[in-house]
Amino acid sequence: MINNLFPNVDWPKMWEATVETLYMTAVSTILTAIIGLVLGLLLFLTSPHQAWANKLANWLTGAFVNIFRSIPFIILIILLIPLTKFLVGTMRGPNAAFPALVIGAAPFYARMVLIALREIDKGVLEAAKSMGAKTSTIIWKVLMPESMPALVSGITVTAISLVGYTAMAGIIGAGGLGTLAFLDGFQRGRTDVTLVATVLILIMVFIIQWIGDVITTKIDKR
Amino acid sequence: MISLKNISKKFSTKQGTIVAVEEVNLDIKKGEIFGIIGYSGAGKSTLIRLLNGLEKPTSGEIIVNNEDITKINEVKLRQVRQKVSMIFQHFNLLWSRTVEENIAFPLEIAGIPPAQRSQRVKELIDLVGLEGRGHYYPSQLSGGQKQRVGIARALANRPEVLLCDEATSALDPETTDSILDLLVSINAKLGLTIVLITHEMQVIQKICGRVAVMEKGHVVEEGNVLDVFQNPQQTITKRFVSQVSDSNKALQTIQQLKELYPNGKLIKLVFVGEQAVQPILSRLIKQFDLEVNIVQGNISHTQTGAFGTLILQLEGEALLIDDAIRYIHEQKVNTEVINND
Repeated sequence: MINNLFPNVDWPKMWEATVETLYMTAVSTILTAIIGLVLGLLLFLTSPHQAWANKLANWLTGAFVNIFRSIPFIILIILLIPLTKFLVGTMRGPNAAFPALVIGAAPFYARMVLIALREIDKGVLEAAKSMGAKTSTIIWKVLMPESMPALVSGITVTAISLVGYTAMAGIIGAGGLGTLAFLDGFQRGRTDVTLVATVLILIMVFIIQWIGDVITTKIDKR
Repeated sequence: MISLKNISKKFSTKQGTIVAVEEVNLDIKKGEIFGIIGYSGAGKSTLIRLLNGLEKPTSGEIIVNNEDITKINEVKLRQVRQKVSMIFQHFNLLWSRTVEENIAFPLEIAGIPPAQRSQRVKELIDLVGLEGRGHYYPSQLSGGQKQRVGIARALANRPEVLLCDEATSALDPETTDSILDLLVSINAKLGLTIVLITHEMQVIQKICGRVAVMEKGHVVEEGNVLDVFQNPQQTITKRFVSQVSDSNKALQTIQQLKELYPNGKLIKLVFVGEQAVQPILSRLIKQFDLEVNIVQGNISHTQTGAFGTLILQLEGEALLIDDAIRYIHEQKVNTEVINND
């Protein structure tokens, strides 16, 4: 029955591609979260009146974030080919996608982190300072927990973008559902393969959004 | 305990330099409740933030516990802050933490081990009257309860000074009273020095021993609350005192009183402390052959004694009335003749 509807779909291959996409999305989301948080915190803490207020550092971080956020992803992949070869040693396979995915997504997430941190009540930061808190304490015990719902919903949006980015990363032979839909589906005119790959990506996006929403609601005690 | 010497604080903005605090000298004694009153923009918020180093003065010395906090490094300043804690108008609790966890926060900062921490948190919850609310989140509490959490949090590391930044301004009058009562009781119980800023004279009247009045960055008047109430010098102080003594309302009716009581003289007496309980009125009636009418009266209680005003109508011979007024003066009661006809 299912083979009649989708005659060209090679299910084990489709499953393998799904796992690859999941793997790329998961690992790149984790790396993006870490790097984006660091960049976002730097942007916040070096801004005027904050603990590490420093015009030059703030300007440099801001410039880095803005430049990499502005380059279209497909161009970024090509620009990063030398770096990828140096870091991963190859241009083939899911691991080769990580440099481009993370450098493309982390600046985007860093901006969302900055927005989340700016939303924190200034009074709460002042209260923490008035209790004698060190900057590290303020980062771990005030900035992070108080902005957590926004950080989680931000990483949810970023993870969904990353699913899309993994499909584009298929161009450099990263594998996954994007490559499958493009090479096996589109280029060979097998519409059913493209359709199934699309549906699987949609399901993935819905699940990510759902998980993000559940976590955000659960941790938000405001 | 705390002394400010020639403190000035200037902010430079794009519009130019703003002088928030200028040449302020203050001495706050150990264990007292010291109030600083002023309208918004008078510089009192900046002033209170100078006391725990949240703001650095442009010039001057700030001695807290025999230490000039303008000269110490960050590490030492953080230690000082554990002993000079602060509560806020908008409470500034961490929404992501429960009541217990909020109160435990300063203990975590001080590096107290978890077992002692939970013991101390329990004591504090009892002290501020929040039994059974330990696992609530701030969003589940009323304003007054939130401020109790703020107070418990501020007391966690057994501070010597508590700074109150408009701590009751966001609360309704009844809750304000209960928070003020709590402050008075911890002041008495723990011997804590309290410095508070406010724009409400009721707060000063209810709990402060001494008060400083601020206007445009200067301390324009300072003294015992009772003296200031009895004999306000500056226009702004008079305005604050009238917030409590209600003489504004009385003045409105004085026109009516003059029409209602066209005969004799209307005089206003201001009683302070001891005199408020002396039977001046009955002696007045016994000694002088006058008709004495009580037209209006009120009495307010402060931490150091009572303060009241009384408006009387005196009818009779003009000479006798003058004698009577002289007699009241001799009793050291502040007198003011309202109509001179």
